[in-house]
Amino acid sequence: MSLDNYLVLAAILFSIGAATVLLRRNAIIVFMGVELMLNATNLLLVTFSRLHGQLDGQVLAFFVMVVAAAEVVVGLAIIVSIYRTRRSASVDDVNLLKS
Amino acid sequence: MSTFTAPHVDWAHLSPVLIVLGAAAIGVLLEAFVPARLRRTVQLSFSLAALAGALIAVAALWSGVKSSGGVHVLGTALVVDGPTLVLQGTIALLAIVALLVVADRTSTGEDAFAPSAASVPGSDYEEAARRLGLQQTEVYPLLLFATGGMLIFPATADLLTLFVALEVLSLPLYLLTGMARRRRLLSQEAAMKYFLLGAFASALMLFGIALVYGYSGSLSYATIASTTANPTGTDSLLLVGAVMLLVGLLFKIGAVPFHAWTPDVYQGAPTPITGFMAACTKVAAFGALLRVVYTVIPGLKWDLDVVMWTVTILTMVVGTVIAMVQTDMKRLLAYSSVAHAGFILTGVVALTPGGVSAVLFYLLVYGAATIGAFGVVWLVRERDADGVVVGEATHLSQWAGLGRRHPWLAGSFALFLLSFAGIPLTAGFVGKFGVFSAAVDGGAWPLALLGVLASAGAAFFYVRIVVLMFFSDAPTEPAAGEPLEPSTQADVVLEGGATPAVATLVAERAPALTTTVVGTEGWATVSIGFCVLVTVLLGVFPTPVLDAIAHMSTFLP
Repeated sequence: MSLDNYLVLAAILFSIGAATVLLRRNAIIVFMGVELMLNATNLLLVTFSRLHGQLDGQVLAFFVMVVAAAEVVVGLAIIVSIYRTRRSASVDDVNLLKS
Repeated sequence: MSTFTAPHVDWAHLSPVLIVLGAAAIGVLLEAFVPARLRRTVQLSFSLAALAGALIAVAALWSGVKSSGGVHVLGTALVVDGPTLVLQGTIALLAIVALLVVADRTSTGEDAFAPSAASVPGSDYEEAARRLGLQQTEVYPLLLFATGGMLIFPATADLLTLFVALEVLSLPLYLLTGMARRRRLLSQEAAMKYFLLGAFASALMLFGIALVYGYSGSLSYATIASTTANPTGTDSLLLVGAVMLLVGLLFKIGAVPFHAWTPDVYQGAPTPITGFMAACTKVAAFGALLRVVYTVIPGLKWDLDVVMWTVTILTMVVGTVIAMVQTDMKRLLAYSSVAHAGFILTGVVALTPGGVSAVLFYLLVYGAATIGAFGVVWLVRERDADGVVVGEATHLSQWAGLGRRHPWLAGSFALFLLSFAGIPLTAGFVGKFGVFSAAVDGGAWPLALLGVLASAGAAFFYVRIVVLMFFSDAPTEPAAGEPLEPSTQADVVLEGGATPAVATLVAERAPALTTTVVGTEGWATVSIGFCVLVTVLLGVFPTPVLDAIAHMSTFLP
């Protein structure tokens, strides 16, 4: 398998994640889109790490996992608190702040 | 068996960061072990001491770094050079000033935060927590964690640290945004928007980091700079990566078109937190952006100029134009901060040594005026028919005639606005003059010209508020039939329907609201006074500070 296959797969996964964030309505799903973007990046990092024959990229991938876990904690706390207030996790219902 | 060699860690140069992050970790323990009634006092004095300690540590390192030019710390993870110290000093100082506003309580003992952030707005539980006088003292460690991330952010010398610092500063801010005492739905909504957009932007930035790593084979700034110094042809991997990296940083700055979160978050967050976030995040993010643009990818200047120029022009124009039509004070200040991000970007785009010191000075004076302005917004409250002070009076019409009843407070607010507008003899003028002349030196004169025009346009709405405060009569009663903020009165389906504590929800406006200035313990007044002092002193005698910054504005490659 050539390098390109890995890069294309990572780009496709990243685009799916980005599209999820931009198009979906449910905050939890949007959040899953962000996680998919982060994991697509991890694939990219590990691929490049192998390409360059050193571990920097893999180390960064581990940090990304830790940060993603911390992000889940904070994000779910916020989404759950909104859900308990409104009985809805749709990002369209959250529209009190408008310009 | 191989021998173990301990790594060399330069603890002294890490001390500002270590003090703040260490204090934040201890703050979490204090939360667990200190009795509830002492907690606020202990947390507040401890946090103030930690930030003051960081400021002293920066001062202690100052002369050494000035003579040596700076050192790399922890391998190549961090670099402590002139701009790092200036930015860390600015962040620590502004964080102290912002912390005073955060800590302040009204004469009835209410701070800016929900008595129990986990309670459902309008629920019996929230009402019980309010009656018991509970307080979320977790605010102080969260604020310290955010400040710690901000101290690391401009000092990063590799992409890994950049990403981790970005998250360390962002995550506590997401939480703090959602903890307002009043208008809690707006606050929670702002927190969710900030979180989702922030996570999206950091994912984009991370992808950019991965691409740049793929091109250069290293995460360290120095190696990336040497591999990109002479780009051969246009390597799409590098270009796309660099642009995505910049997008992540520009998002934190609030530059157009990545500014969508700014007005919502600034409006929804508790006002003292808005002040902290507007000032300190901007300082940290511009610090990181300066380092990336000046030391990592200067080889791509020709390719990236298109992006940076477009963003700068859009930021100045969109920020100014939309600010003109705002009717809410916090949103207006938010768009004004977007416009200011554009003005500061002209200094970044300049790519001259003078540009660095101009940006550093601008960040200091902008931060001081911002914290002061949001401090004033926090004090100006609505009072209902029974004379009970409720939430902030953020609608512009409510500020009419404030200058006659509270000349000192309105006077200091006017001073901050004039400084934003860049009127001579205020610090804002010196800052703007610095970045625009740096832009001209760097050959970006169209940006400087546009910046001057945008400043003139911005002066229009700043002066309009000054006129409103001093030269128009206070409305005896709000115009009947005109909903002040229609959007906040939307139907919100709440479990339990109308409950007694509905006052903490969104629509706090009954017809007979008057505007007043709330009495407090005085911390916010101290903070505003300090900001006034900085704004005036740096406007009249900027030379010592300008000189001090100019000697410290060389990046260590």
